[in-house]
Amino acid sequence: MSGPHDTDVAIVGAGVVGCAIARELTRFELRVTLLEAGPDVGAGTSKANTALLHTGFDAKPGTLEARLVARGYELLGEYADRVGIPVERTGALLVAWNDEQLAELPGIAERARANGTNDLREVGVDELYRREPHLGSGARGAIEVPGEGLVCPFTTPLAYATEAVLAGCDLRRSAPVVSASRIEAGGFRLELPGGALTARYLVNAAGLGSDELDHMLGHDRFTVTPRRGELIVFDKLSRPLVSHILLAVPTKVTKGVLIAPTVFGNVMLGPTAEDVQRKDDTESTRAGLDYLWAEGARIMPELLEHEVTAVYAGLRAATEHSDYQLGVHAPEGYACVGGIRSTGLSASMAIAEHVRDELGAAGMPLEPSAAAAPEFRMPNIGEAFERPYERRDLIERDPDYGRVVCFCERVTRGEIRDALEAPVPATDLDGLRRRTRAHMGRCQGFFCGAELAERLGSA
Amino acid sequence: MTVLVLGGGPAGLAAAVELRRHGVPGVLVVEREAEAGGIPRHARHQGFGLRDLRRPLSGPAYARRYAELASSAGAELRSETMVTGWPLDGPLELTGPRGRETIEPDAVILATGCRERPRSARLVPGSRPEGVMTTGTLQQLVYLKGRKAGTRALIVGAEHVSFSALLTLAHGGARTVGMVTELPRHQSLALFRAGATVRWRAPLWTRSAVTAIHGRPRVEEVELTDLDTGRARSIACDTVVFTADWIPDHELAVMGGLELDPGTRGPRVDAALRTSRPGVFAAGNLLHGAETADVAALSGRHAAANLRQGSDPFLRVVEGWPGARVPVEVESPLHWIAPNAVAPGAGVPPRGRFALRSREFARRPRIEIAQDGRTLWSGHVGRLVPGRSARLPHDWTAAVDPAGSPVRVRLASRG
Repeated sequence: MSGPHDTDVAIVGAGVVGCAIARELTRFELRVTLLEAGPDVGAGTSKANTALLHTGFDAKPGTLEARLVARGYELLGEYADRVGIPVERTGALLVAWNDEQLAELPGIAERARANGTNDLREVGVDELYRREPHLGSGARGAIEVPGEGLVCPFTTPLAYATEAVLAGCDLRRSAPVVSASRIEAGGFRLELPGGALTARYLVNAAGLGSDELDHMLGHDRFTVTPRRGELIVFDKLSRPLVSHILLAVPTKVTKGVLIAPTVFGNVMLGPTAEDVQRKDDTESTRAGLDYLWAEGARIMPELLEHEVTAVYAGLRAATEHSDYQLGVHAPEGYACVGGIRSTGLSASMAIAEHVRDELGAAGMPLEPSAAAAPEFRMPNIGEAFERPYERRDLIERDPDYGRVVCFCERVTRGEIRDALEAPVPATDLDGLRRRTRAHMGRCQGFFCGAELAERLGSA
Repeated sequence: MTVLVLGGGPAGLAAAVELRRHGVPGVLVVEREAEAGGIPRHARHQGFGLRDLRRPLSGPAYARRYAELASSAGAELRSETMVTGWPLDGPLELTGPRGRETIEPDAVILATGCRERPRSARLVPGSRPEGVMTTGTLQQLVYLKGRKAGTRALIVGAEHVSFSALLTLAHGGARTVGMVTELPRHQSLALFRAGATVRWRAPLWTRSAVTAIHGRPRVEEVELTDLDTGRARSIACDTVVFTADWIPDHELAVMGGLELDPGTRGPRVDAALRTSRPGVFAAGNLLHGAETADVAALSGRHAAANLRQGSDPFLRVVEGWPGARVPVEVESPLHWIAPNAVAPGAGVPPRGRFALRSREFARRPRIEIAQDGRTLWSGHVGRLVPGRSARLPHDWTAAVDPAGSPVRVRLASRG
């Protein structure tokens, strides 16, 4: 497709959803521009979440979210294997701690069946403690959800963005949309710090900022109220304590605090759920950490004897609506992808499909790309798969893969170099961390901080 | 006979020198950094080497000296090499630029040192900006990489190392706006404290905690809370250095299945520095929070001497290993004791003493050591200062019942 516009499709927001849409649309004869206000892809809400690959068993049946999570689960699971996104299918145990919660389990199983998740199973107290012997005392029973798993929240958006860029997507980072308007003759005009960009089609995947962009275009459908979730990540030495994702029985307000392994081999405790005012308020709080500590003491007291490796907070882009806010304005060619909450990671590829179809129905030509799909594989940063330092052949070919720079996470000099030279290269320490795991370990830079700063050329 | 020394800092290198001096043929020191020498490599101040080399050296000179001593003694030094596997039964696995290899040594001396707890492990809430670091990172930035360390810095902690951080910040062009400790007073030397006030005009805020860090992308302010009044105030700064609060780097110890002591969080060792795993010794700051480099080196030397002594023929390393040991445990406010096990034939501990640490100050403490209600020793020791070791005699170990309960060490009175 070509025309009077600078680009055919502009996607605003390179979080996991925006990146998935960019990846999907670059498979067609379309000029795609992906705009990100922040310094990197996947560096906002997408990097600070519980990183679970959800089956969607607990979604509200019949909603768009329920449908897209279930579909996205299948798509991402398959894609992850293909391009090297770490996934671990640990299964989840949803644990009841009192009579009231125990009474809720059948209802949860029923809802799961309505969502097409049919392999749930009730687990008695004895079996529960046999499978999770470090669980705190007082559990009354559980439901097993075998399909739930862990997925790398860092590699996923990076993989999408990498494929998109390899297929010709124009990715612009640190490119916030200052204002947006419709062009009389059709299409959109976006004001960016470096000048204007015109696009025939516009996708709003701006996450926390999606309501503001929507308002700029004259709509008034929803308001994003950031809901902060704080998380505590424990030292890798605690990993043997936990085998499954340990979910809580949800209340009307929250899904509760969970304990889960991470694909990096840590154990995570969280999240909290608190509405905040500012869209950049990713600060952890004393109250939040104290609350998580108390919950941890109840769910798995032994976990708290381990060192804490990291504390972080993320913001869910919650709206006043309970479902995703996906709407396509056919005549003008505008797709609004708002209100994507914590399930967005699992649903991302299905959301992209959905947006593709809706835009196609709105007249966007979907001519498959003449070029072959890019061949690529993401560097593995998952603990369950082979890492470069473990590969004899790789080290033989290039000794830098045997030079461990980040000791805690066993990241080699070769991987640091690769991340700085990748199709979507790291530009700062956080970007390097998300691509390689460097600096995310127990010493938090005591040993490698200065070395990494030097390699990045900033301190 | 091959002895594998894991860690090429003062303890590991001193152990290697001592092993060679005793004629152990194969001594391999494995160091994961590019250069051997450990923490002193980037601690530029003077005062290293007093107790072990009997001469004052700067940290980097001391580190170089030890690497030379080990090499010239005939130990093989392999840097940029990391132990990436140590199963309970089977060879160790090394990874480095030469590739992956396995090694089955006759004995191991584990000397992997310690590190400071970072901000996250101390659960300090707030944002996650740049400019928050430990002394280790700070020293490497300034001394090894020649980089700036911000302009206005707050130092968390008031131990020896905290004052070292102050000097490093000054060298890196940053002004220290203050030092903060939750304790009622500093834990270092009066001279350092006076120097901080007079020379660097850095106030010391005692009984104060860092309760939040704010700023983005770099630190802008830190919230301090007075622990007595509960009043909070804000300190403007762009750098926060978390000092001390040491934790042994015990990952390998755990991987190797060694029993840890809950107080030190390092391997539990007897006076000969033998761990729970036959053939494996542990030495230096892996055994507990940081002591000075020369003390760590003497600990390495001690482990090496015991290894050699107990291994003639060398197979005795394993055969003479104590089956049962009696743990030595401390009661709060005591923090840890090292060594922390009593075993037959262990002999005299390093430097002829047990090192004892407390979480609280005590001017003229009386310590009581007992087993199964029987007092083994009771007496006064030197002043207790958190972060600094008091010296405890060792002759009571002869009276320990090898079949009895753990030995308990408690603070009977503060004097």
